[in-house]
Amino acid sequence: MPFSTVLDHAAPASSVAFEHVWRPRSRWQRVWLAVAPLLRKPGFVLALAIVVFALLAALAPGWLAHADPYATAPLAKLASPGAAHWFGTDELGRDLYTRVVYGARLSVTAALLAVGIALVGGLGLGIVAGFAGGRLDTVLMRVIDVMLALPGLLLALAIVTAIGFGTVPVAIAVGVGIVPGFARTTRAEVLRIKTLPYVEAARLGGASWTRTLVRHVLPNAWGPVAVLATLDFGAAILATAGLSFLGFGAAPPAAEWGTLIANGRVFLMTAPWVSLLPGLFLVAVVFSVNHIARTLEENPR
Amino acid sequence: MSTALPLLEVQDLHVTYRAGGQATAAVRGVSFSLARGETLAIVGESGSGKSTLANALLGLLPGAARIDSGRVRLEGDDVTRASERQWQNLRGRSVGLVPQDPMVGLNPTVQVGRQIGEALIQAQGRRYPGVDADVLELLEQVGIDQPPLRARQYPHELSGGMRQRVLIAIALAGNPRLIIADEPTSALDVTVQRKILDHLQRLVAERGISLLIITHDLAVAADRADRLLVMKAGQLVEQGPPAQLLAQPRHAYTRALLAAAPAFGQRTPPPFRAAADSAPLLALEGVGKAFQLSGQERFQALRDVSLEVYAGQTLAIVGESGSGKSTTLRIALGLEQPSAGRVFFAGRDVTGLGWRQFRPLRQRVQLVQQNPFAALDPRMSIFESVVEPLVSFGLMKGRALEQEARQLMERVQLPVSYLDRLPRELSGGQRQRVAIARALALKPELLLLDEPVSALDVSVQAQILDLLAQLQQELGLAYLLVSHDLAVVASVAHQVVVLRQGEVVEQGAAAQVFGAPQSAYTQELLAAMPGRGRLSGTVRFFVCGPLTACRQAGRAVTR
Repeated sequence: MPFSTVLDHAAPASSVAFEHVWRPRSRWQRVWLAVAPLLRKPGFVLALAIVVFALLAALAPGWLAHADPYATAPLAKLASPGAAHWFGTDELGRDLYTRVVYGARLSVTAALLAVGIALVGGLGLGIVAGFAGGRLDTVLMRVIDVMLALPGLLLALAIVTAIGFGTVPVAIAVGVGIVPGFARTTRAEVLRIKTLPYVEAARLGGASWTRTLVRHVLPNAWGPVAVLATLDFGAAILATAGLSFLGFGAAPPAAEWGTLIANGRVFLMTAPWVSLLPGLFLVAVVFSVNHIARTLEENPR
Repeated sequence: MSTALPLLEVQDLHVTYRAGGQATAAVRGVSFSLARGETLAIVGESGSGKSTLANALLGLLPGAARIDSGRVRLEGDDVTRASERQWQNLRGRSVGLVPQDPMVGLNPTVQVGRQIGEALIQAQGRRYPGVDADVLELLEQVGIDQPPLRARQYPHELSGGMRQRVLIAIALAGNPRLIIADEPTSALDVTVQRKILDHLQRLVAERGISLLIITHDLAVAADRADRLLVMKAGQLVEQGPPAQLLAQPRHAYTRALLAAAPAFGQRTPPPFRAAADSAPLLALEGVGKAFQLSGQERFQALRDVSLEVYAGQTLAIVGESGSGKSTTLRIALGLEQPSAGRVFFAGRDVTGLGWRQFRPLRQRVQLVQQNPFAALDPRMSIFESVVEPLVSFGLMKGRALEQEARQLMERVQLPVSYLDRLPRELSGGQRQRVAIARALALKPELLLLDEPVSALDVSVQAQILDLLAQLQQELGLAYLLVSHDLAVVASVAHQVVVLRQGEVVEQGAAAQVFGAPQSAYTQELLAAMPGRGRLSGTVRFFVCGPLTACRQAGRAVTR
């Protein structure tokens, strides 16, 4: 309401100029218009900063930490956090902050890969089921019901055991585990949007099903799915870390958040930071991603 | 009684909404009183503050709203600053509410009998043995057949009209002295609307209850109320008995409202002259439609409907919900296949054409949908929505597309700068204009209008109808209009088809059907029209129809 009144007041002054020069706004202008109000929320900005930090760490860890993640220093082993070592050092004297930053590469890539698999698989299955309907829908949904009945981590464990250890297999296993949720959400959205008047209007306007799907159904179904993707991004980081913790993920000495936390459990009494600080960092990233998802959900578009 | 205090007295009431540091005055200095047994109607458009006023009278103002000054007296007691506990005693027992939408006003998971029972128990303050009997009695009083059966049904098993009756029963349960009815029938068909309002009025009269009707429809208000209050932007602009208010409106706003109301308006369809040798643009011949229900059951939705629409002409299909008027429209659009009969478009048989074969014809037939709030993709800018058909058909690109969008906006009288907006930044009327612009993009010859104004305020309805009439004159469009609102139909249609339960009851020129209705059903529909007979001038439509000479004669009669 206040928004529209502001525009109404602005309109008469500029309308004369508008009549001649009006052109559609560019994509960037529209993105900016949608994002600008969110940037005024301190919580959202903080969450965004943490996530950007994690992504940057995954892409270019060298920019954020100057030490060598594999350089051991027996003299400084299990040093407590301080100016020299922000997160302290582990049992071999390796700088934990550096290892957390370098660990982002494996953890974040694994999470992105997992969410990517879930998105492609889930969106595909959901759209096919929602659009085709009938027998195909029934068959697909029963398969998904079966997958939903299995605990995600158990399914991932089974897949990892079948296809081998390592970060990529873990990511695939986690991704397959969250496909059913995506498929369900997408199908529900597609079914809802398919019957809306504006889809009918587009069809009557001569749009083919493909065009209707790409222009109307997908963008409108995308909202809840995108929120689910951000939520599951956090879940995927946790699941990969969990599988690594159990020893299915990256082999030492590679730094990975799950293995880092797993390492420290031996020294939990004497040097709690070895587990605690990487753990807290992981929690901060997951919380931030969830917070962003929540904010986007509350402010559609 | 004459010396008694008025039941409700409102003095200089101010209500303000505060949100995010901004204050919006919703009610600004409203004063009125309501005597026992009186029926009062508050008329205003959306946003005029009439619902806020009703909530204030029920102690149901949302947290962001506050009564700044003024006084509300109920039976002599000042309830302006009453606490929630005090209101709980008053609501139901002193003031009852009949809410706006019967579809959402009832709890879907509880049997209606129990919902009425709850209201009774609330009013008595305790559970008592005779509740069930009282529930049945109330159901009977509000005119529901087979009360013992209905009491055990769930809301979704009842029709809209019956649900509204249940809501009235709930309002009556506490034996209140005042009932506030917030747009009580705007979601219902005219004949149902009339029956329910008649019934409510009779109940209220029998029990000496005062009734406060809140509505945007001047015609309904004029029919029902002893006194009318006209509200605009939070202020009362005029009040008086309906006869006086309608005959000599003093305030400019009342005059505007009167002119806008299709029931009272001066609007007549633009003159139509069919070229002598012209063939019909759209023709339905003996079209029928049966839906296969479970097993062997078949539901005959439509039976033997024939109609012809010529270029530049408006044909209206009138009927209540379930009469098959929407099915007819969908068959004409090729969205449904008729199970009998044939459909011709511009002389070509289009019966049984698939979407792909029908696609070239889409450039010549377009649809304007009922609900402008759902007809536009919420994520697309107005520009994208308006030009979408042109893009779908690959007719234009780049600069030409932008140029066309600007022209379409001018056609529907919207500022060009709105092209950048999203649908949610527009009002209902503006969205309907955008939907019309989109339908016009392909330069069709025939527009199918599916209840184009039923979701809009009366005054906005008038603007949209004016726009449609203007477009018809400028572009020579043919309209196939589907509506349940006879006042709307009378103001735009040249030809009328009256449908009832899938069958054509009456068909012919608008002047003939409305002026001398042959079938009992059409007469019933006409009699149920709110506002009919209030103004001698309203009869004019039905006597004269679209002919200009006649219209002047009608004026002479009025004066």
